[in-house]
Amino acid sequence: MTYERGSSCDACASVTAALSSLAWLMLQAVAGGGRFRCLHSVVSLGWLLVASGVPWSIVTRATAVARVLGDGSLPALYPAAATAPDWTQAGWTGGGRFTARSAHTASNAASGDPVVVERRPLRSSPSSPEPASLHAEDISTSNGPKPAEISLEDDREDLFAEATEEVSLDSPEREPILSDEPSPAITPVTPTALVTPRIDPVMFERCKEELEEEANGDSFDIDISVSDPEKVGEGMNAYMAYKVTTKTSLSIFNKKEFSVKRRFSDFLGLHSKLASKYMHIGYIVPPAPEKSIVGMTKVKVGKEDPSSAEFVEKRRSALERYLERTVKHPTLLQDPDVQQFLESSELPRAVSTQALSGAGILRMVNKAADAVNKMTIKMNESDAWFEEKQQQFENLDQQLRKLHTSVETLVCHRKELSVNTAAFAKSAAMLGNSEDHTALSRALSQLAEVEEKIDQLHQEQAYADFYLFSELLSDYVRLITAVKGVFDQRMKTWQKWQDAQAMLQKKLEAEAKLQYANKPDKLQQAKDEIREASPGVSVCKDEK
Amino acid sequence: MDDSQDLFVGEDGRPRSVTVDLYNDSSLQVEISDAVSERDKVKFTVHTKTNLAHFKKPEFSVVRQHEEFIWLHDTYLENEDYAGIIIPPAPPRPDFEASREKLQKLGEGDGSMTREEFAKMKQELEAEYLAIFKKTVAMHEVFLQRLAMHPILRRDHNFYVFLEYDQDLSVRGKNKKEIFGGFLKNIVKSADEALITSMSGLKEVDDFFDHERTFLLEYHTRVKDSSLKADRLTRSHKNVAEDYIPISSALNVLGTQESSAISRSFIKLAELFEKLRKVEGRVASDEDLKLSDLLRYYMRDSQAAKDLLYRRARSLADYENANKVLDKARMKNKDVKQAENHQLVCCQRFEKLSDSAKQELIDFKVRRVAAFRKNLIELTELELKHAKASLLLLRNCLVSLKMDH
Repeated sequence: MTYERGSSCDACASVTAALSSLAWLMLQAVAGGGRFRCLHSVVSLGWLLVASGVPWSIVTRATAVARVLGDGSLPALYPAAATAPDWTQAGWTGGGRFTARSAHTASNAASGDPVVVERRPLRSSPSSPEPASLHAEDISTSNGPKPAEISLEDDREDLFAEATEEVSLDSPEREPILSDEPSPAITPVTPTALVTPRIDPVMFERCKEELEEEANGDSFDIDISVSDPEKVGEGMNAYMAYKVTTKTSLSIFNKKEFSVKRRFSDFLGLHSKLASKYMHIGYIVPPAPEKSIVGMTKVKVGKEDPSSAEFVEKRRSALERYLERTVKHPTLLQDPDVQQFLESSELPRAVSTQALSGAGILRMVNKAADAVNKMTIKMNESDAWFEEKQQQFENLDQQLRKLHTSVETLVCHRKELSVNTAAFAKSAAMLGNSEDHTALSRALSQLAEVEEKIDQLHQEQAYADFYLFSELLSDYVRLITAVKGVFDQRMKTWQKWQDAQAMLQKKLEAEAKLQYANKPDKLQQAKDEIREASPGVSVCKDEK
Repeated sequence: MDDSQDLFVGEDGRPRSVTVDLYNDSSLQVEISDAVSERDKVKFTVHTKTNLAHFKKPEFSVVRQHEEFIWLHDTYLENEDYAGIIIPPAPPRPDFEASREKLQKLGEGDGSMTREEFAKMKQELEAEYLAIFKKTVAMHEVFLQRLAMHPILRRDHNFYVFLEYDQDLSVRGKNKKEIFGGFLKNIVKSADEALITSMSGLKEVDDFFDHERTFLLEYHTRVKDSSLKADRLTRSHKNVAEDYIPISSALNVLGTQESSAISRSFIKLAELFEKLRKVEGRVASDEDLKLSDLLRYYMRDSQAAKDLLYRRARSLADYENANKVLDKARMKNKDVKQAENHQLVCCQRFEKLSDSAKQELIDFKVRRVAAFRKNLIELTELELKHAKASLLLLRNCLVSLKMDH
């Protein structure tokens, strides 16, 4: 409960900043001429308040505003508390539209028939009245915002209504569809082979581009690639260093193009920092790729066999996708940790991500405790929206997992098929050699050649299946786990809120009793305790 | 036969391919008109149409089991008169074990499968079972037809009995002793073969046979290898095709559960996978029929040819021995007449064998080339057809998915 001491002048500063930016935008909306522009600004304003795609953050934002304007206490949740907090930044829609490029498929269709999956973004209709009503409910239970603000909030309510229609609220959980498109020259596995699925930044720009430009003032274009895995060091202390190259025109970065060397634990460290900062306010932080002790040990030992090359390639592409997802989230992009990760040449070693370490064990214990807690918390789900969403996610999770396993078997079998085709090709060639009827011999050799080509095609198809389909599915399965984690967070904070409320009740009762018994000094003490307890309640409600 | 001619340009001369076209002579036509699969055995109905005087009726049928085919084959093998002929290889035992196991596993199986998935997999397995069944019928039929076609082999008394005798031939399957005996015999035979072929005294006078021997030995091993690899290839192809089933159904579920823009794409994709599966399945089974079966048959046939060569070599060895005995007898001047007769017999035998073997081997080559030609042409044509079909499917799906966008 540090915010109490947390200077009220800090709060004042942020309040005025917030108010001024709000006013400026309202002014823009009104004064800015045509309806289109007005709508735009309204939407961008709504965005500011809508922030991330996670629904209840609206609520938190709303309550935060209420808080800020109301009793002047500022929740200490916002990391950059000194300046106008995060919610002035553009919200993330995540409703990007990506399509697999048709040119690639046309070129491949003649040869290999890769199954190109084209998917579409989702626009589910969020329940727009919901946030507004929650909002109202919270306001009524708060300590009474100044009456002047209510009209502002009503406006915001309407803005919400409008904004929610424009913005797809829950898109990150849905399939933000990446167009992973292998570059036409897919080479079969060699230690240096790179299948590079790339998100086409052009595609992303197409949607919501104008809105983002309005909000940020520069074009949202950032292109990250992870490449050149190289082994550094020897023996068990060896690790793979990946080159992270960023090309961007965003103003927050110092240069247009820069690259740094990172290792896997750096990525994990970044993820844990982001998770600790953002998870409990309800952002969905993209999950990092998993540690794999077996795979890494093989690489460390230095075996140059194709399976370790594949492992490195898998990891490289997973890291690339992870970074791309992270920077797509505008709030995360603005985070100094992310920027430091992308820019600075030296990064403090994230030791706590090591598998066998004190921190790792602590993490495991925490996870177990969380699991137990989850079972004991019986949340009174007052929000049907959440219930429905949770159910949907459960289903989606199941389906995706099933699909993922089926696709994995397919990839495995196809690889087997390609191996068998290669063996048969050799055998047919030998048969053709030993055949003494020359025409038949020729025919058999040609059959052998054709089978070899077929083998190559099968290999390519297997790779395409894997990188386009299977990895995507596994990414989404992990994302859904992250989503579930956020749901759980919500439950936890609700629980805390309940507890805090209960404590507040008790203190109030104690105070009443003391008052009755006319013990003035004890009364004072009780009053202090109450004052301590009540902000606790409000914090928890905010978190929720 | 012009070797240098392109294989796929028309060839003159009577092609005698694996699937026998009955050439000119319709005096004895044999086919398996029906087959019934009971739990452990398969009963074949052998139908004969003939105008040979020897048979009682011009048209008749009998029911035979696999063991009776094997018996017939063995009688041919044991008959000395046929030593100079390539005996058509015996049909393989009908083996439904694998697919029966799979059906069983499916039945017990997995609660995780939706009803449609289950139905589809069951359909696939049943189709597989049926395919194996058809294949085994075909193998038996080919065996009989080759026997009927061969001018010498068709006159065998046992063959007539096989075709005509109404009742059960009461041929019991080999009991353990006989199987073991057969096993031993094989070992002896291969040892003998090795001895004969490496015997320094035995000079192969005939270039033709020399060449044939080296060729056949090499060919046989290579065909065996190819046949194995082709089998594996077909099996993994089938696995891939079968994998499409759960993917298709999972996509279907995803599509129907969600009501959003993407669900239509999911359903389209599910349909695509379903259709692709059928095409892939057909590709796999065509590969199986045309390629694997061909290779397997010629593996067995080349083994039979090798056996012929062995018999010839054996008789040559006998002939040489007889010569030696004769020389010895002449030297000792004892039993000369006997030795001379024996030598004469051996010589005649050897000559006869050589002649017929020569003819047989030439026929074998012709047959083999024709069979390969036919099957390879059919295989490539079918694969082209299927590839075009799947290309069309994929293109259509792509277009329709794009239209949704």
